[in-house]
Amino acid sequence: MQIRQAAAILAIVGMTAGAACAKKKPPVARTTTPPPVDSSTSNRPPTPPTPVNEPQPVPVEPSGADALNTRDLDDINKNSPFQPLFFGYDQSEVSPEGQQVLNANAEIMKKYATWVITIEGHADERGTAEYNLALGERRGLAARNYLVSLGIPADRLRTVSYGKEFPFDPARTEEAFSKNRRAHFVVTSK
Amino acid sequence: MTKTILATLLTTATAAVLVAQNPPQPPPAAPQQQSQTEVVTRLTGAPGLPPKLAVPDFIALTTDPETVAAAKLLGQVLWDDLSFEREFYLISRDTYRSIPQPLSLDRVEVSRWKELGADGVVVGSVRRTGTELSVEVRLVEVASGRSAFARGYNGPANNPRFFAHTVSDEIHMQQRALRGVARTKLAFTSDRDGERLKGPVASRDIQNIYMSDYDGARQLRVTITASLDITPAWSPDAKAIAYTTYRTGYPDILVANVYGGGNPSRPARGTPTQHNFLPAWSPDGTKLAFMSPRDGNPEIYVVNRDGSGLRRLTNHPENDVTPTWSPTGNQIAFTSNRAGRPQIWIMNADGSGQQQITRETWCDRPTWSPAPFNVIAYASQAGGGYDIRIFDFATRSVKSITNGEGSNESPAFSPNGRHIAFVSSRAGKNQIFTIARDGNDLRQITKVGDNRFPNWSN
Repeated sequence: MQIRQAAAILAIVGMTAGAACAKKKPPVARTTTPPPVDSSTSNRPPTPPTPVNEPQPVPVEPSGADALNTRDLDDINKNSPFQPLFFGYDQSEVSPEGQQVLNANAEIMKKYATWVITIEGHADERGTAEYNLALGERRGLAARNYLVSLGIPADRLRTVSYGKEFPFDPARTEEAFSKNRRAHFVVTSK
Repeated sequence: MTKTILATLLTTATAAVLVAQNPPQPPPAAPQQQSQTEVVTRLTGAPGLPPKLAVPDFIALTTDPETVAAAKLLGQVLWDDLSFEREFYLISRDTYRSIPQPLSLDRVEVSRWKELGADGVVVGSVRRTGTELSVEVRLVEVASGRSAFARGYNGPANNPRFFAHTVSDEIHMQQRALRGVARTKLAFTSDRDGERLKGPVASRDIQNIYMSDYDGARQLRVTITASLDITPAWSPDAKAIAYTTYRTGYPDILVANVYGGGNPSRPARGTPTQHNFLPAWSPDGTKLAFMSPRDGNPEIYVVNRDGSGLRRLTNHPENDVTPTWSPTGNQIAFTSNRAGRPQIWIMNADGSGQQQITRETWCDRPTWSPAPFNVIAYASQAGGGYDIRIFDFATRSVKSITNGEGSNESPAFSPNGRHIAFVSSRAGKNQIFTIARDGNDLRQITKVGDNRFPNWSN
């Protein structure tokens, strides 16, 4: 899931930079057409089959520069170009890796300069419900402040804290907890 | 040894009646207490033991099925109500089903109750007149045959439980000088109606606010939103609920009258960039403390109920959250992580004198007990979850009320300080429970859906 999103981001960022992304089409699972049968060679042993690559998920591929903009909001958000920003337990600091995420998100926000983004702040269930409302708010604000420092106008960035009310993964595992400690980016108008 | 005093009863019963239908209706008139003068006998039990009470079914004086059902229900509910405060020992109802009902409430044959070992027996009758019930109750002292409590009530027939709750509260007050909680309400949040928020991120469970009697009976929905309505707080007059709502897309505090009447107000005046959470009423009901990150990070603020007089109480770069008032209104407890992890702090109501009172792993949701107990209950991290603990100001000591069964959060005191409502995962999903302040008498209030953020009305 994250890999797919990352691939989509790379595709978009690549196009933005004018790179010849189209040449690097992602591998598509497809059976190779067998060579035409030559009657003169039909008594030879059959050619060993060409190895077929494992099927791989096909990333969303925008067909043009404004492909994202032509999609409706629900569609944009369901296959979001924005990466979520993850946090440590009871933390609301943006880590160096988190800064890379926000740098990439900021590029997209600059490209689509009319978009208004809501940053949802989320927390994992190990904290208390009440305190997590503050923690979620804090995480949203941390992401917002960093994006503003990159030149994104503050009035395009809203925040909302959902505390631990809307977990992305309800499991009680460290993996789930780490997914739920995040700032999640939602395009609310464009 | 019994002590007799002379008491004159007033004709007007002024208790607020909270009979709510779906949706909640305005409170009907209180059951009318009839004018009378009575000699009050204060029951005593054997030395060192609470008085033993029996509460048989009430007598149905009209023969329609509703009255017959009400007569049974009143006996059962009154038995439950009187047992809740543990001021009386309630004799199991199964042990006296064979004792015949008295022909008249004023001529109770006490020999059978004596054999049973009861110190008192509560007998009652129900008569239906149109849409009203007339209920008569006597608490008879078995040793003397004297009536220790004799009152009559008239009121709407649609909620017989309310008669039992009223009788219980009045018996507790008259016999034990104790404010009972049988007529109080619980508010909490629930996703029980299975409604989902179809959002761009995922389909999410919405939460609305529900209420019930103190014992979990008559649960009904109070708010309707397609988002989150959470952290309800009863106004001190028990007529309104303040809560955190996301219905406008950002968190703000709404104050809504539970029994209809006017639009909800927004005293903290939220905007898309000024969010407000976790309202807590001052004991006099004139002010709300709350958390807001409006000045850049979560801080505690206070505003008058009408939206005037906003002021900031905390000013610290870390998170200050989850306020609660002391019973006098002179102090506020809150949660802050300024010393590392979240801990309970207290301050004066003007923000001065901030000091840390817990030093544990993670503490939150302080709730200050009403008098006569000067304690704060809170959730404290223990093992993989939380337990409810009580900090006692007199001894500076801490006591656990729950002990690691499930995760236990969000404590809320009953108005007499003797009980705590809280949320626990011990039964699977999160459910509301009540427990006595000494950790005994656990009762499960909710069973359907996921239920959290309990709050107890006056």
